[in-house]
Amino acid sequence: MYVAVKGGERAIDNAHAWLAEERRGDSSVEELSVAQIREQLKLAVNRVMAEGSLYDPDLAALAIKQSRGDLIEAIFLIRAYRTTLPRFGGSNPIDTEDMVCDRRVSATFKDAPGGQVLGPTFDYTHRLLDFKLAADGELGKCPKAESSDAATPHIMSFLDREDLIQSEPTGPETPDDLTRTPLELPASRALRLQSLTRGDEGFILGMAYSTQRGYARNHAFVAELRIGTVAVEMDIPELGFAIDIGELTVTECETVNQFQGSKTQPPQFTRGYGLVFGMTERKAISMALVDRALRWKELGEDNVGAPAQDEEFVLYHSDNIQATGFLEHIKLPHYVDFQSELELIRKLRREAQSTLQEAAE
Amino acid sequence: MNMHNDPNAARKEWLSLLAKSPAADVKRYWNELALSLDFIDLRAPEIGGVMVRGRAGAVGAAFNLGEMTVTRASVKLTRGEVGHGYVQGRDKVHAQTAALIDAAMQTDHAEQVEAKILNPLRTEMAAKKSARAAKAASTKVDFFTMVRGED
Repeated sequence: MYVAVKGGERAIDNAHAWLAEERRGDSSVEELSVAQIREQLKLAVNRVMAEGSLYDPDLAALAIKQSRGDLIEAIFLIRAYRTTLPRFGGSNPIDTEDMVCDRRVSATFKDAPGGQVLGPTFDYTHRLLDFKLAADGELGKCPKAESSDAATPHIMSFLDREDLIQSEPTGPETPDDLTRTPLELPASRALRLQSLTRGDEGFILGMAYSTQRGYARNHAFVAELRIGTVAVEMDIPELGFAIDIGELTVTECETVNQFQGSKTQPPQFTRGYGLVFGMTERKAISMALVDRALRWKELGEDNVGAPAQDEEFVLYHSDNIQATGFLEHIKLPHYVDFQSELELIRKLRREAQSTLQEAAE
Repeated sequence: MNMHNDPNAARKEWLSLLAKSPAADVKRYWNELALSLDFIDLRAPEIGGVMVRGRAGAVGAAFNLGEMTVTRASVKLTRGEVGHGYVQGRDKVHAQTAALIDAAMQTDHAEQVEAKILNPLRTEMAAKKSARAAKAASTKVDFFTMVRGED
């Protein structure tokens, strides 16, 4: 039996009106502007851009305002907007070697050419609440130093020169795109990286942490973590050549992992890779660890049955919009489904009771 | 790319500059120059997305990193020159202004446009970059080795 249920329109309209009022909060407190969110909650904006898979700080800030700071809801808004955009094309792969670095650290080489630059990091802060921020604190002066134009080559390239690190295989210039074709397994590394970079930060972090705790441990060192701006270049058909169409802030993490060798090949380090929109270093490091764990098959390692090695488990559960969509739908009306369950359980109980009675007689 | 052998190098440079410069600056300098150029839209300003790619391990196979918003426009001056604009973000006037500047750079106004629009944009972009680089440089680590206790 199918029963259509209608109604609730007035309740829905009124709920939305109340939502708008609650979003605004106490009207004696000044309203937050989109520009304030964009400038002062930049790391939230970065997360929404990375997981929304659309680089546009103004839109991400608007989404955060609209969602009352619920970042998964904001990511949902960005994903929905993204689908309305006509696709002009694909960029040439960004060249992170040319990144203008705000931050660049290596846990493996102290004397990296180009130097170690801390950038605006939370590292080394004492994690004590700063009550000056609650008052109208004056901003201290930010020191400056003479910058050099010295190149900042990838640290991995030094290991590569000595053949100490596995070289990266090449692939097609137009990679598979999970926004165009549904994800199928086994997934190419390109598809894995695309899902990881837009995956939920908490989920990817948990997976990465599990490898550190011993579930498919891969002994990762951060060979290099760099954050900065890169130009995005695209071929423009009407011009017949490529131009820069913009500039992005990205975070890149390269890990150097446990080595392997065989009777025919001398030992070499292996590598994991993370690249994420914005200043998002926790996510980029996590991505590199999970990328490395998922590479077990191509590197000829054993599947030890660890969750981080299971690409179906990782890739099908890392997208917070898919996850929240399915999870939250169970709170929506299921009256008819539940009615049939009710009838079934009543019938089963009636049968069970009459069997008991028969046995007693 | 070798700038000397590429006939499109100059145009590539100014189009890239217009794409990355703040919309407000591009529009302001263009309005201040107040060239009266009649034009028609070849392509009305249009907002879209571009899939940004990266490379696995920075040097390996390409993969899709995510999209960015881009706005494009094309204009044709009544005197014939065609200009194209592709700019980051969703500002339609920015894209059309970039296309107009591109067209104007192909006319005898080129010198004026260079002096009054492109040069100031270049200067501002360089200033912004060097201010950031100076702050980054101040956070560069100078390692020193502690003197060991033994004789």
